[in-house]
Amino acid sequence: MGGRPIMSIEIRSAPHIKGTRTVEQIMRHVVWSLLPVCAFFVFQYGLSALLSLLVVTVSCLLTERFFVRQGGQSGDIGDFSAIITGLLLALSLPPGFPLWMGAVAGIVAIALGKALFGGIGFNVFNPALIGRAFVQAAFPQAIATYTPSFMPGRFYEFIPSSMTLPLMQPVSVVEWLKDRQFDALAGATPLAKWKFEGVLANADDLLTSLSGHMAVGPSPILILLCGAYLAFRRFLDWRIPAAILGSAGLTAWMLFALNDVRFPNPFFMLFSGGLILGAVYMATDMATSPVTPKGMWVYGALIGLLTVIIRYYSGLPEGVMYAILLANAATPLIEKITQPTPFGKGVLSNIGRQKKGASYPLHSGYISREDASAETPKKRFLPNKPKHPPKE
Amino acid sequence: MTSAAIPPQTTSAVAMIRTLGLIAALCGLIIVSAYQGTYDAVQENKRIAVERAVFKVIPTAKSIVEYAAAPIGTIVKVGAGGTAPNAVPEGAVKFYAGYDASGKLSGIAAEGVAKGYSDNVRILYAYDPATAMISGFGVVAMRETPGIGDKILVDKGFLASFPLQASLSADGAILSREIVTVKHGSKANPWEIDAITGATITSRAVGRAINDSAKRLLPRIVPRISELKEQP
Amino acid sequence: MTLTSVTRWDEFMEGIWRQNPLFVMVLGLCPALAVTVSAVNALSMGLATTFVLTCSCVLVSLLRKLIPKEVRIATYIVIIATFVTVVDYLIQAVSLALYDALGAFIQLIVVNCIILGRAEAHASKNPLLPTLINALGMSAGFTIGLFALGSVREILGAGTFFGIPLFGPDFQPWVVMVLPPGGFFVLGAWLLIFAAIARRKQRKLAEATQNA
Repeated sequence: MGGRPIMSIEIRSAPHIKGTRTVEQIMRHVVWSLLPVCAFFVFQYGLSALLSLLVVTVSCLLTERFFVRQGGQSGDIGDFSAIITGLLLALSLPPGFPLWMGAVAGIVAIALGKALFGGIGFNVFNPALIGRAFVQAAFPQAIATYTPSFMPGRFYEFIPSSMTLPLMQPVSVVEWLKDRQFDALAGATPLAKWKFEGVLANADDLLTSLSGHMAVGPSPILILLCGAYLAFRRFLDWRIPAAILGSAGLTAWMLFALNDVRFPNPFFMLFSGGLILGAVYMATDMATSPVTPKGMWVYGALIGLLTVIIRYYSGLPEGVMYAILLANAATPLIEKITQPTPFGKGVLSNIGRQKKGASYPLHSGYISREDASAETPKKRFLPNKPKHPPKE
Repeated sequence: MTSAAIPPQTTSAVAMIRTLGLIAALCGLIIVSAYQGTYDAVQENKRIAVERAVFKVIPTAKSIVEYAAAPIGTIVKVGAGGTAPNAVPEGAVKFYAGYDASGKLSGIAAEGVAKGYSDNVRILYAYDPATAMISGFGVVAMRETPGIGDKILVDKGFLASFPLQASLSADGAILSREIVTVKHGSKANPWEIDAITGATITSRAVGRAINDSAKRLLPRIVPRISELKEQP
Repeated sequence: MTLTSVTRWDEFMEGIWRQNPLFVMVLGLCPALAVTVSAVNALSMGLATTFVLTCSCVLVSLLRKLIPKEVRIATYIVIIATFVTVVDYLIQAVSLALYDALGAFIQLIVVNCIILGRAEAHASKNPLLPTLINALGMSAGFTIGLFALGSVREILGAGTFFGIPLFGPDFQPWVVMVLPPGGFFVLGAWLLIFAAIARRKQRKLAEATQNA
């Protein structure tokens, strides 16, 4: 912003060689790869899912436009990132989620999750998950209300709760389900059924999402295929989903081996809930995941472990969202401890240097600052102290 | 607003102590007069709050009397015309007896506490000696999640669990059946409370609070219920 | 020190707008976030703080020549604690329900930094009248701030305003608004709005001076 000199010279630090890929290009590819997933979601739940996707995405875009216009933001509305946020958010919400709540989630996702930090690339947390976390805290009942998929007539009518008036409680779906010979339990997700009723769904059915009227999100296998396309074109790093699924599977398998009555089999853990969607599309958000390859493994392992722990030991049936948000918060730390060693510097010299790090000797000025003229003493030791002081 | 307003001088210790003493005395005076001035109103407020809570759980009661049931089996009246509240015997359980307009015992109310989701849930439950049932409960204080935990006050399925059976065993030392909270929809016996889906922890807290308190109180007062039949 | 009515008004308004304890100085956040779940709670907390702030500032101002510099903080704390105790009794006498709703935060007024800050920065250096005006302005600013928070949280969190339902029985309460995070969200939103207004004012002022 501000007046530019006549000859526009951009001063910036290295690297000066740009890759051929722009942010917009990457984001566009992610949107394309999400389209089959969205189409499947609409195929499962019909009109309500379509409208939910539209409303959430539009509310994200409008919020993004407002904040970009206000200035002080990086990025612009055309970079597709708000569309990704909107689509992912809608996919992670129940299909019959009241539309006004979806709009609130979209606004919060962009405003609180992205604009607050300075726009695209500066956000600490995945914006879609911030939006979801907010509505989870604000409307805990609505977000736990799923409806069965593949309802007859889903392309002609809405799930009644979608069309709730703004600020009002969601319209009850119990009657609507009863009319179609479903009991109220048909709306529980497989995870909720396992947690509260002890009923375990078949992992193969979960993988395709096609059989019966399960209350599940889009098919995990489709998401994996779309993710594989992105990983193949190198639009996302395969290490993160691999680490998440590996760590979640391993943790679940170990617990299953310990006690196969109490804990479900690891495949149920992997294919239920939003784990696959979160692992492939949400945890791999470039701004909020580590850049170092070693860090990606640590980050993914943390998410997988936390997901399983939250699912088993907390009051919530699903834990992917909080696991990813927590790992996002840990990302700067993970990046710091997994910095690769520069060429020529051994691991040993690295350790030695850390020991010598900034040290502040006890100085009278630190003990009491009452005296107005007290000055902060200069650091005695430079972090990289030259071995031989330069001659004057 | 310059620091020159306070001259940089040193004060003698005697002067400091004198000033502090003077100010402390002044403050003490203010506090004592405030305490005296509000004492009656505060006590009246507390009494009204207790009465209101008891009248809510025992709807037929018109007046209440506070008692304490000592472990050795005596029941003493607390408050006006009885023991002073601070002279209640060690280990005694306090309860309230509600009397109807004609002075007949219409119910017994007592407090129970159990750990809920975010803090202790303090409830006041009513025991009907005629049927040996717990007829209902009210919340004295809780900090449960609004919209989830506080459904214990409105949820129809949950409130339909009352009245609860609270009869004593043959020797009168324990409850014949402990009061328990069971999973939503699986209540089959009169001593079970039907939990609310999604608010299981708070539902269980209510069950535990009633059970813990009733276990202590009922064996002490049921054998001596005739002492309480008429309003003193 | 004589004040004309204009500067007195300015002094009073400073606490409400330019030096608002909540939205500008961002002081006293503990009660501001904890008790503002409803408009009534927020207003009562504001009034309780007003009472303590005004009374202790007046007393500090009256005794300012007497209090030795070395023990001034101890003295202020004793004075503030006195009035907090008084307000604690008063609230119990007025309504026990309100007392329960405000909980420990009545007693915690004693550590509210606005009060000690005002006693130290203003009341100890000024005569009675300016102190009174300043303290009233600050408390009004604090009360308005709490009320702004409390009303938004009550309207969204319970669908009521002063206990009166606004949206009918089908209203969906935003549970998060009556939980602690809601306090942060609403406070953040108000800070944003005030910052936006202040920045706009500044820009207009800059434009006006440029044109002149």
